[in-house]
Amino acid sequence: MPGLKQKSIALYHWLDRRLGFIKPITEASEHPIPSNSASWWYVFGSAATVILMLQVVTGILLALVYTPTARDAWNSLNFLNHGLTLGWFLRALHGWGSDFMIAIVLIHMTQVFMFGAYKFPRELTWIVGVFLLLLTLGMAFTGQVLRFDQDAYWGLGIGASIMGRVPWIGAWLVHFMLGGPIIGAATFSRFFALHVFIIPGILIALVGVHVWMVLRLGINEWPMPGRLVRRSTYLQEYEAEVHKDGVPFVPDAAWKDVTFSAAIILAIMACAIFFGPIGPSGPPDPTIIQTVPKPDLPFLWIYSIFALAPPHLETPLLLITPIAVICAMLGLPLYAGEGEKHWSRRPVAVLMVCVIAVSLSILTSLGEHPPWSPVMNAWSADPVQPKYLKDRTPLERRGAIVFQQMQCRNCHSLDGVGGKRGPDLNRVATQMTESELIRQVLQGSGNMPAYGSALSPQETTALVRFLETLNGNQMPARNLARPLAEGTPLAEPQQGHKEE
Amino acid sequence: MKNPLKDLTNDPIVENPMNEPSQHSRRKFLFKVALLLNGAVGAVLAVPVLGYVFGPFFRKNSSYNSWVPVGNLEQFPPGETRLGRYRNPMGTPADGQTRTLPCWVRHITKNQFQVFAINCAHMDCPVHWFPQSKLFMCPCHGGVYYQDGAVAAGPPPRGLYQYKYRIVGNQLLIWAGELPTLSTEASIARPGCNSCQV
Repeated sequence: MPGLKQKSIALYHWLDRRLGFIKPITEASEHPIPSNSASWWYVFGSAATVILMLQVVTGILLALVYTPTARDAWNSLNFLNHGLTLGWFLRALHGWGSDFMIAIVLIHMTQVFMFGAYKFPRELTWIVGVFLLLLTLGMAFTGQVLRFDQDAYWGLGIGASIMGRVPWIGAWLVHFMLGGPIIGAATFSRFFALHVFIIPGILIALVGVHVWMVLRLGINEWPMPGRLVRRSTYLQEYEAEVHKDGVPFVPDAAWKDVTFSAAIILAIMACAIFFGPIGPSGPPDPTIIQTVPKPDLPFLWIYSIFALAPPHLETPLLLITPIAVICAMLGLPLYAGEGEKHWSRRPVAVLMVCVIAVSLSILTSLGEHPPWSPVMNAWSADPVQPKYLKDRTPLERRGAIVFQQMQCRNCHSLDGVGGKRGPDLNRVATQMTESELIRQVLQGSGNMPAYGSALSPQETTALVRFLETLNGNQMPARNLARPLAEGTPLAEPQQGHKEE
Repeated sequence: MKNPLKDLTNDPIVENPMNEPSQHSRRKFLFKVALLLNGAVGAVLAVPVLGYVFGPFFRKNSSYNSWVPVGNLEQFPPGETRLGRYRNPMGTPADGQTRTLPCWVRHITKNQFQVFAINCAHMDCPVHWFPQSKLFMCPCHGGVYYQDGAVAAGPPPRGLYQYKYRIVGNQLLIWAGELPTLSTEASIARPGCNSCQV
């Protein structure tokens, strides 16, 4: 069909004369890059851009149906999930796309850091990238709010309480964040505006700047140990390398980018199909207090830090650390803009990545099953196991009932079942004497409340008798002070251990 | 300067030195004046825009609050702590379910009450009341409070927030309307204070 081919070429020229950017874009896509940069390690940035496109498209499609008001949002999400053909799939794509985007952006950032790609002349590309990471996290948080369910409602409360810790302007920040004195319609609307207009607008503009700089400054060459970056010589060296050993970006490197992006989109689709849409959980009704609010996966590590940090350090940690970390990330290329790029010559950088990755993983997995949260229904849902009641006196069994009724189980487990806030009481009798148990129950200490006003003397006696049976068939704890006071030599308990 | 339409017309463009911007000192001056004028208009425009964005937040804390009913006195038997519900005094129908808010009402004796915010003082999560152990527990980070709102255990930096209350006829009213946080507690008394009842 030579006629059709000629017509196509004519149409191309007609368009290009008027638009004027088809040719430059084609030329840019074929720009030469160092041949060793056409690597599978260099595919994450383009994958993040492709996921952003997926998020924009699925977001717009969801907005066709979603009702953006505090009153109706939750119902419209349920309608999307259950009442509309494939509505659940679009929601699932958007939700999983968000998690994948954060993961890919973090991997991209780690790769850029490990390959020293933030060094001269790509400092600003890195700095813009830091803002892109923050904006991506901002999209995830505001998106979680738009899934206006119980978690979203109480998540806003947590956000407000953090703002409320800022000295002097705390109250003002709380009101600014909530759009008023309390969580309501205005709060919802401003998070909608942030998620749909403000953050995506800045995000897309900065992605444009980021990609423009990648094209303008060239893709980072594969780092070689001992090859140092110097401001005076780098550009000439890069030019020479590209001139000597360059390959066109399209198709030599781009086929890997495109293949990886397709694989990632497939993975998002697979997660969407197998795991379905994320939420919504219960309705955003604050009077339904039977809820355990928890942030989404990307923010679980922060939730863990809140629980694990010493209380007196909490506010400084909350307010100073994020600013310090962001400043450190922004300042990195300005501080270390020259020098060694290869990871094998940057042990501190490798160590930092390892420590940060391990810390975030541990904090996230702790946040998945938080040991510091009381299990609010353990006292009524997890009965004392029969083995702890067999061959016990009526008083000891009465103690087991007190143990359940007083919500001890919410924080203490028996044989691993129950709350993890306090220690497992499986063998408490081997660690504490009767008098120590009584004191602990009545006065509390550390993270345990005092039960003195909640327990009658009879209940206390019964409870302590029950606790004394929890010795795991080992010798009970003994008070070392007593034999001394009574003039008995200290050797006796040691003999007891030997006999055992 | 390259004419963008050059490719379309294929006509040779005659370069005129008078087209160079550097030759136009008067118009350059006028352009600068126009820019200044534009900046001034922008500044004037910014005043109402900033007023719109920030205006609602420059007001005294107490003006957010009103006396709102939590329920009849019979709903709160003496010696017990029960969940009370009140309507956000600044609410609108668009608030939906978020318009009705919970609080814990502790009826101590005859006309003595303590009305606690539902929000934990640590991170504003909803605390639960357990009448058997006489404790409030927070499901988020394990904050625990005694029945009078004092911290029993965990990370909360202070006791539960309390609302001022008063009794009008058979109704219990509280002074509420603002989400309590460590900064926005101004209108809310601390536990154990004597001025809780107005």
